[in-house]
Amino acid sequence: MLINWFRFSSPVSFYPVAGSWSYAFGAIAALLAGAGLVVALYIAPTDATQGDAYRIIFIHVPAAWMAMLIYLVMAGWSAAALGFNTRLSAMMAQALAPTGALMAAIALWTGAFWGRPTWGTYWAWDARMTSTLILLFLYLGIVALRAAIEDPRRADRACAVLSLVGAVNVPIIYFSVQWWNTLHQGSSVSLTGAPKMAMAMLAGILIMTGAAWCYTIAVVLARVQAIIVERERGAGWLESLIDLRTAR
Amino acid sequence: MSEFLAMGGYAWYVWMAYGGAAVAIAVEIASLRARRRRVFDELRMSVDPTPRSPSMQGARSQR
Repeated sequence: MLINWFRFSSPVSFYPVAGSWSYAFGAIAALLAGAGLVVALYIAPTDATQGDAYRIIFIHVPAAWMAMLIYLVMAGWSAAALGFNTRLSAMMAQALAPTGALMAAIALWTGAFWGRPTWGTYWAWDARMTSTLILLFLYLGIVALRAAIEDPRRADRACAVLSLVGAVNVPIIYFSVQWWNTLHQGSSVSLTGAPKMAMAMLAGILIMTGAAWCYTIAVVLARVQAIIVERERGAGWLESLIDLRTAR
Repeated sequence: MSEFLAMGGYAWYVWMAYGGAAVAIAVEIASLRARRRRVFDELRMSVDPTPRSPSMQGARSQR
């Protein structure tokens, strides 16, 4: 089946699709999160060395992965917005930033409460923690920069440039545990090599990662709809497309 | 049940981590709901500026 993806590059045709996908992914996210929490808090066995404190990684790892991935997707949309000057690309980048900030904040918060019982400290100026904190500041900076610029098209370009420059931080976060001899340990989950943890633990992390993906897609699509209405109001097509009696 | 809540002595760390994440997600969903309600109310107002209820009159005079 051939899908004409360029059809979706216009807000007019993307708006209804975003609505139905947002509901679908939101429902899948809720199901996965429910199942994932049961595995994470109940089914997965207590860790031999870390005790039950290790259960924090079931939210920490998916949130940290998501925080990095969202940044790369946001930078990709920003590049498209600069290169092709498409409105929807800039709106997607705009919609991704707050959820990226949320994921970075959750990764730092849960990491602190895992680090205290495991390493003996809530916080250290370790390479990975520091670069993740910079990631959070980049997200907040992009949100603040947009709020500071009145003209949305100028804000699009300024935020796109900042996003692209900041993208250099993502590989720094990812490889920090290999490049520097730091407190944060290397990855426990890898595509190559034997798993370093019990099956139920790995399954819990993967289910929670799926939930984080679906949650992000659902929230970002719901937000991009709001952004489309904010920015395209007065263009005329919105009023005919949206059922104003039920829209909320 | 109390054994489950105790988390093998790590209750403070586990529940602060999970609770903080839950609160953060709840705040994001609530603020997104509020934003959508606001933009659709503004769209309704721009299509049909006739005030229907006292609450909407208030919203209108703010703009």
